[in-house]
Amino acid sequence: MSTVWTPAEQPDSFVFDAASEEEIAGVLTKYPEERKASAVMPLLYIVQRQMGRVTGSAWVPVVAMDVIAQRLGMAAIRVYEVASFYTMFNTRPIGRYHLQVCTTTPCWLRGSDDVVEACQKATGIQHFGETSADGLFTMSEVECLGACSNAPILQVDDDFYEDMNAERTAAVIAELRAGRRPTPGPTINRSVSAPEGGRKTLLSPSTADQE
Amino acid sequence: MLADKDRIFTNLYGQNDWRLEAARKRGDWTNTADIIAKGRDAIIVEMKASGLRGRGGAGFPTGLKWSFMPKQSDGRPHYLVINGDESEPGTCKDREVMRHEPHKLIESAMIASFAMGAHASYIYIRGEFCREAERLQAAIDEAYAAGLLGKNAAGSGWDFDFRIHRGAGAYICGEETALLESLEGKKGQPRMKPPFPAGVGLYGCPTTVNNVESIAVTSTIMRRGATWFAGLGRPNNAGSKLMAISGHVNTPCVFEEELGVPLKEIIEKHGGGVRGGWDNLLAVIPGGCSVPLLPKSVCETVLMDYDSLRAERSGLGTACMIVMDRSTDIIKAIARFSKFFKHESCGQCTPCREGTGWMMRMMDRMVQGRADIEEIDLLEQVTRQVEGHTICALGDAAAWPIQGLIRHFRPEMEERIRQYKAAYGSTGLVQVPAGGVPAAVE
Repeated sequence: MSTVWTPAEQPDSFVFDAASEEEIAGVLTKYPEERKASAVMPLLYIVQRQMGRVTGSAWVPVVAMDVIAQRLGMAAIRVYEVASFYTMFNTRPIGRYHLQVCTTTPCWLRGSDDVVEACQKATGIQHFGETSADGLFTMSEVECLGACSNAPILQVDDDFYEDMNAERTAAVIAELRAGRRPTPGPTINRSVSAPEGGRKTLLSPSTADQE
Repeated sequence: MLADKDRIFTNLYGQNDWRLEAARKRGDWTNTADIIAKGRDAIIVEMKASGLRGRGGAGFPTGLKWSFMPKQSDGRPHYLVINGDESEPGTCKDREVMRHEPHKLIESAMIASFAMGAHASYIYIRGEFCREAERLQAAIDEAYAAGLLGKNAAGSGWDFDFRIHRGAGAYICGEETALLESLEGKKGQPRMKPPFPAGVGLYGCPTTVNNVESIAVTSTIMRRGATWFAGLGRPNNAGSKLMAISGHVNTPCVFEEELGVPLKEIIEKHGGGVRGGWDNLLAVIPGGCSVPLLPKSVCETVLMDYDSLRAERSGLGTACMIVMDRSTDIIKAIARFSKFFKHESCGQCTPCREGTGWMMRMMDRMVQGRADIEEIDLLEQVTRQVEGHTICALGDAAAWPIQGLIRHFRPEMEERIRQYKAAYGSTGLVQVPAGGVPAAVE
């Protein structure tokens, strides 16, 4: 849980846009008024999404953390702590598409090394944490994504591409490069987390597909 | 083996619609007000009688946990917090509940909250489950629109609000007090216990934290009765359980199965058998990476439940198993867990912060064989120094897989060291050979 702070890349100001303000209003209703510090993580997400929308790089600049601190009546350091503790908040600019490869044992057993290699080949990235020269892709190593029955997983931004191999990884990246997002989910002949080739339970009429 | 008629999660694979109308056809939200009308005590008595044990890994009796909440409010609100931070390697069951059975979860949360005097419940969903959180939010919106949540929820006379809080990529937030810290807008660092959350939890108020699955089965248990649920499984290991298989099987999947079924049968039936046949099996980690592995000899006969696996010095954990065949470098497989725990240690207390890093570096050397045989004992000793000496259970979770490896695969570790010594020659402390270290010496 370490984060590198790079002040050189920091913008001078940050203002929530109208779409973000609408989201914030919704978020603040979830928590008791005197406990609005609870909204710090949702607000960091809102900043990150707005940055993605506006600049094409979904990250959280320090100045935005200051804006959040003001909005929630917190000390700025409390926001910095949260932003740097949780790995999903990018405190540095990232590529347009965030390729997140799980390499934890269940994914590794089913070939996550091949997925990593395919990502490297397709993007020219050498190491985890790097962004491709064209600024399109950042590749990160992530810890277990919680979809182990569909291992190995390649997470692109918020979507899981499941049951991956080298070939299908290259295909997903090629689509992204062309500006299209492939349908997330399993990339082999299976429905969600049911066994490949069709489910083996829930076959009796009362639980079978309703038509 | 569990029959379809006894399954709780009848839309596990999303083969039918998740929305309210279809969920109602499956039985959700049909007579919620009648269940609430039974009263707080009756619900807790029923849950205790069902024998349900916590489905998140620790296996603590759920009804008993609920009974720890104060009977009378002292003015502070009560909270139910649902742990949907599912992040332990191998574990992938709650995701299916959140995306395919959202209404079962919401209705059950309402019943459970009522039983604990809570008018509000938060579910903490791991950040990576973005689509799952969106799906659940859509179901929550449906439920509010239909009057099933909010004032006089489902016509029960009980006011109930249900809200989602998303995490952001920290495994430690699956620990209940770290989760509460995170929900309060802080770093996810566990609290010292006592005080326990039932006394001082979220915002300093009485709180119960339950796993998604533990909560989601509540509505069905209340409808079908404790006797039905307790009739499944074995004594002290009642009911059905969501399980998953990952790793070297022919068809990895998530499924619901009765507790107490032989592990081997489960792998054969649901997992489609071990890749290359049963004899190709090396080891199974039965319930998420923190439980010690089982060698093939144990897998032949062990039953899949809390007590049977405990007796083999492992545990049911989340019942999401990782299967490894004979092609697996078992030392490397466990070393990757050490890296995981090092990455996920919150850094608050010394034995865990330093211990996980130390164990990871030692395990990396064990993978190469760049060690002395006596160092295996040293490694084992250090795991004992970490275990039980940390604020939360992450230290234990980091220690147990290594202990399991040494217990069952010490000869392999020694052989790796001997091979390394034979290849690079050494006495005493092993030096890194010029030109770097090979990935594996085989």
